[in-house]
Amino acid sequence: MNRASAQVQIHGWLLLLPAAALLALFTHYPALATLWHSLHSTPKGVRPAVWVGLDNYRGLVEDPVFWQVLGNNLWFAAGTIPASIALALLMAVWVNGKISGRGFLRLAYFTPTVLPMIAVANIWLFFYTPTYGLLEQFTVGLLGLPSHNWLGTKSTVLSCLIVVTIWKEAGFFMIFYLAALQAIPPSLGEAAAIEGAGRWYCFRRVTFPLLMPTTLFVLVNAVINSFRLVDHIVVMTRGGPDNASSLLLYYIYDVGFKFWDSAYASTLTMVLLAILGTAAILQFAFLERRIHYR
Amino acid sequence: MTRALETIGAWLLAILWILPLAYAFWTAFHPPEFSTRFELFAPLTLQNFVNAWNAAPFARYFVNTVMLVALILGVQLVLVTLAAYAFARYEFRGRDVMFALVLVQLMIMPDVLIVENYRTMAALDLTDTITAIGLPYMASAFGIFLLRQTFKTIPRELDEAARVEGAGSLRVLWEVYVPLSRPVYIAYALVSVSYHWNNFLWPLIVTNSVGSRPLTVGLQVFSSTDQGIDWSIITAATLLTSGPLLVAFLLFQRQFVQSFMRAGIR
Repeated sequence: MNRASAQVQIHGWLLLLPAAALLALFTHYPALATLWHSLHSTPKGVRPAVWVGLDNYRGLVEDPVFWQVLGNNLWFAAGTIPASIALALLMAVWVNGKISGRGFLRLAYFTPTVLPMIAVANIWLFFYTPTYGLLEQFTVGLLGLPSHNWLGTKSTVLSCLIVVTIWKEAGFFMIFYLAALQAIPPSLGEAAAIEGAGRWYCFRRVTFPLLMPTTLFVLVNAVINSFRLVDHIVVMTRGGPDNASSLLLYYIYDVGFKFWDSAYASTLTMVLLAILGTAAILQFAFLERRIHYR
Repeated sequence: MTRALETIGAWLLAILWILPLAYAFWTAFHPPEFSTRFELFAPLTLQNFVNAWNAAPFARYFVNTVMLVALILGVQLVLVTLAAYAFARYEFRGRDVMFALVLVQLMIMPDVLIVENYRTMAALDLTDTITAIGLPYMASAFGIFLLRQTFKTIPRELDEAARVEGAGSLRVLWEVYVPLSRPVYIAYALVSVSYHWNNFLWPLIVTNSVGSRPLTVGLQVFSSTDQGIDWSIITAATLLTSGPLLVAFLLFQRQFVQSFMRAGIR
C-alpha cells in the first residue's frame, strides 16, 4: 500500500472514530447486552445473575400480561397508522391546493407536532376528565348522554389514546406528503384534466402512485412510533385500568424500573427489537424496489 | 360545489385540530372558576402562570433543558460532520459495513434501549446527570445520513481547488463543505432541538433530582404529585414548558416546516 492510500485509510477511520465509539457504546453494545441479559436471571441482593437459558422466554410465553400488552400494541398500531396516514394525505392535498385560509390551516394541522407529547397528554387528560372535561361537557351537557369515564373504562381507554396519537402525528406526516406533492410537476395534472379526467380519478391514477415512496417512508416511521412512543401513557393512564392501555415499551418500563426485574425487562426488549428489526428488513426490501421504480 | 364542501371540510378539521389547544389556552388564561365555564367576557389573568412558576422549580428546569439541548446539539454537530465527511469523501476499508452499522440506529433508537443504557450509566456513575440524558443521542445516525447525502452533492472540483491552495483535510471540510451545507445544518438543528426539548421517557428514567431534570420530566412530577386537580395551574405549567418552542415555531413557521421537509426527504 502506498503512502497516500494509507493516509486516506487512517484519516477516514479517525474522522469516524468518535461517532462510531458512541454508537457502539449506546446502540450496538446495549442491543447485544439485551440478548445476553435475557438469558440470565436478575441479580438479587448478594446473589449474582446466573445463566438460565431460555427460562425468561418461557416465562414470557406464560405471562398473560405480555400477551395482553402485545395485543394492545397491535391494536394501537392498527388504530393509529392507517388513520394518521390517511388524514395526513388529506391535509396535504388540501393545503397544497388553492384553498381559502391556507396559512391558518397549515398552522392548525402542524402545531400539535411542535408540542411535547407530555404537554399534549396533559391537555388531553383534561379534555377527557369526567364531568369537567370538554368531552363530557359536550356529550353530557349538550347531547344529554349518560356520563362516562373515558380513560377509566377498559373498553374505551385505548381508543382515547389512539385519538391523541393521531392528533399528534397526522400533521407531522402531512409535511412529508406536502413536500412530495410540491415535487410533482403540475403539468401532469393538467394533462390529465385535458384528457377529461376528474379530480378524483386524477388523484387515484396519477398523484397517489407518485406518492408511493413517501407513503412507504411515512408508514415505516408510523410503525416505529407506535412501538417507541409511550410518553402519553405515563401521563394519562399508567397502563391502566388493568393493563388495558399498556403498550410494550411501557410494560418494559414498568418491569425494568418499578419491579426492577431487569432480566425479564431485557427479554421483553428482545421482542421489541425483533419487531423493529423486521420493520427494518421490510423497509430495506421496499427501498430496493423504490430505486428500480425511479 | 365539491370545492366549497372541501373548504368547509378543511376548516372543520382545522378547528377540531386546534380545539384542544384553544381549550388549554382558555383554561390557563382565566381564573379557575372559569376553567370549565365558557363566558365570552370572563376576566383574563396571568395568575395561573405565576402560581405554577412559584409552585415548582421551573426556572431550574428551564436551565437544565437549555443546557441539555445545547450540549446534545453541540456534540452532535461535531461528531456528525466528521463522520459524514469520512463516509462521503474517504474510501477507507470497511466503509460500507460501518455505514450499515450506523444506519442500525435509525431503527433501533436509544428510546427503546432504556434498560441496558440505564445499566451502562449506572456503571459509569453518571445517573442523574444531564450528560447521561444526552450521551445515547450524541452520535446521531440520522444526522450522519443527512449530511453524508449533502456532502456527496458538493462538486469535487471545489474540494480539489482548496487543496491545491494548500488547505488540509480539516480546513477543506471547514471552509468548503460546512458553509455550503448551511441549510441542512439549520434543518438538522431545528429537528434535533425540538426532539430533545420534548423527549421524556429516557430523562424520566435516568434523572431523579431537581438539579438534572429537564422541563418535560419536571412538568410530569409537578402535575402528578404537587397539584391535586387544579387544572388552571396544570395547563398554565403545560403551556409554560412548551411555550418557547411554540413561540419559536409561530415566528419561524416557514423555516420549521421547510426543515422538517428537508429532513424527511432522503
